[in-house]
Amino acid sequence: MASGAVAANAQYNYEIVKKFAIMAMVWGVLGMIAGTYIAAELAFPFLNFDIAQITFGRLRPVHTTLVIFGFGGSALFATSYYVVQRTCQTRLWGDTLAKITFWGWQIAIVAGVLSYMNGYTQAKEYAEFPWVIDLLIEVTWVIYLLIFVQTLRRRSQPHIYVANWFYLSFILATALLHTFNNLAVPVNLLSLNSYSLFSGVQDAMTQWWYGHNAVGFFLTAAFLGMMYYFVPKQAGRPIYSYRLSIVHFWALSFLYMWVGAHHLHWTALPDWTSTLAATFSILLLLPSWGGMINGIMTLSGAWDKLRTDPIMRFLITALAFYGMSTFEGPMMSLKSVNALSHYTDWTIGHVHSGALGWVAMVSFGSMYHMIPRIWDTKLYSSKLVILHFWLATIGIVLYISAMWVSGIGQGLMLRAFDEYGNLAYTFVETVSFMHWPLVIRMLGGMFFVSGILVMSLNVYLTIRGAKQEQAAMDAKIAAKMAKA
Amino acid sequence: MKFTHEKIEINVGLMMFLTMLAISIGGLVEIVPLFYIDETIEKVEGVRPYTPLEQRGRDIYTREGCYLCHSQMIRPFRDEAMRYGHYSLAAESQYDHPFQWGSKRTGPDLARVGGKYSNQWHVQHMIAPRSVVPESIMPNYPWLLENELDYSDIEDRMRALRMVGVPYSENEMEYQANIKQFGQEFADKYNIHKAQETLLAEAQAQDYDGDRSRVTEMDALVAYLQVLGTMVDFSKYDEGYFAEFR
Repeated sequence: MASGAVAANAQYNYEIVKKFAIMAMVWGVLGMIAGTYIAAELAFPFLNFDIAQITFGRLRPVHTTLVIFGFGGSALFATSYYVVQRTCQTRLWGDTLAKITFWGWQIAIVAGVLSYMNGYTQAKEYAEFPWVIDLLIEVTWVIYLLIFVQTLRRRSQPHIYVANWFYLSFILATALLHTFNNLAVPVNLLSLNSYSLFSGVQDAMTQWWYGHNAVGFFLTAAFLGMMYYFVPKQAGRPIYSYRLSIVHFWALSFLYMWVGAHHLHWTALPDWTSTLAATFSILLLLPSWGGMINGIMTLSGAWDKLRTDPIMRFLITALAFYGMSTFEGPMMSLKSVNALSHYTDWTIGHVHSGALGWVAMVSFGSMYHMIPRIWDTKLYSSKLVILHFWLATIGIVLYISAMWVSGIGQGLMLRAFDEYGNLAYTFVETVSFMHWPLVIRMLGGMFFVSGILVMSLNVYLTIRGAKQEQAAMDAKIAAKMAKA
Repeated sequence: MKFTHEKIEINVGLMMFLTMLAISIGGLVEIVPLFYIDETIEKVEGVRPYTPLEQRGRDIYTREGCYLCHSQMIRPFRDEAMRYGHYSLAAESQYDHPFQWGSKRTGPDLARVGGKYSNQWHVQHMIAPRSVVPESIMPNYPWLLENELDYSDIEDRMRALRMVGVPYSENEMEYQANIKQFGQEFADKYNIHKAQETLLAEAQAQDYDGDRSRVTEMDALVAYLQVLGTMVDFSKYDEGYFAEFR
């Protein structure tokens, strides 16, 4: 083996990072294909084919689980295990336990997806996992926390780097949210079915406290952790402002937990709760933009990298989308805007400007940076990265604009009255109106899927190249040894 | 001594403690009071737990992921009042484990769909939605009529629901309390020990799916849909009464 590889492998546990990185790609491809398929089902309902397992209602949780927990989760495990080792300059604590987190997480994803398709679900958005799988996730997560904290504790640096604050906050918050939102009583110990401990208004509040913070911590704080390592690393420059990172870290962690009830404006939730949530949602704009500014300004003085470095382009575009969707979010949390936007595709478009634009783009950029390093090789092709970038960007733009048209259009139609004060449109007329936007959204999805397929090819060829280099090196050494 | 952020950055324990503090407050302030403030759930007559058949219908509703396209939460707007009826009360979902308010209306709200269409219409609409609403994009659900309803675990289901607070009766005392609160007819239906009989009798009496010889998943689902939003008689309450609770 090459001497460099030996040293890196002995110092750091890259095996676990590799495993999670590969699974992130696999789940990313499958989850985005599932998303595009359900988008197609809405545009062309015959695609449900009268098969229970693939109807929209059962496949939609499959899509969200695969992309959030499969793709996003695996990317977070991979990068957090990588970043915590690099920034603490120490090997990951607990090799076997790390493997357990890998298998625990992957089994949960597979079992979850099979459950939904066969009709087992808790019927709470993004918390659809049946109770048994929830327990598996709980155990896996506690082990994850243990590994992360123990690794931090044996750091060879006195300071804990800012990326790790965000990862730690994400792990703690997710544990809290997952535990309380999934409290349920099983039908019996052999049944996958259960009933939520809470009902009605309390269940709704707990669910959206969970639901929005799945966005806030799983899909934001954690990916900010990713950003805080990979953006400065790829730019070769220090983070723009240390002080800003402190202020926006604490503000973000504190504020996010208050805003979930903006998903319940004008419902039977008491007004005081939703007003409080709207207020904190507006405040949240500040730390969100703090993070965006800190990331983008890291490139200050090296803007030419946007032209020359396709990986940098992914990372910075991700931050731009993050800024955009964290502006749109507080705006939609205003009660008057929400009255129109809620229940429509506008919400779906908003989520995807965050999920595709921010979460997926920053993950792609980080993986392009990390994968060649953990396999100790060079990326197979930079041109393919550029191609991926444009496919993804076009896909997002089509997706978001289609959803604006569909969502705002439906919202306006539903509240329109004719000159006699009667409703101007029936509900189903809005469904007809949405057909073309839904078709364009599906096309946007197809662009995005082709992007990640291009990336998979690039990653596959990179890893294959690394293995060939390794084999050639081994052969050389063997030949030398034989001579001597 | 002056406090600097460095103290947190070099101490994992302190950082975890302060982070937990920061992330706990929001939930505590917004969720916990909802269990204790009396006005959270309106004082209103008529809201009752689901009968065994209705509850099995609700289980099918959640199984198929209906909540991903249909809300059950009418907001207090003029257009929604005209389209769907009186805005939804918190009381109306007090026995809903889990809640099914939804977050998206790819199809219309269902909070008050009960009684709006005939059983026959529902059956036809479930099997082939486009045969009754040509522009609909809902999937067909033909298996609901083919599958016999599995009610073998109905008692376990009711026991689990009783544990989370739905007043199904396990003993004489609870049964008597139910008679007081919901009347003889429903108290009998909420008796866990007679759940299977009750469910069969319900399916027979109403003939939801048009075939009395067997109890299908369609029977249960239609029974559930037909009760949605029908429990409260709004003519009994003055306009503005419910505003006191908001």
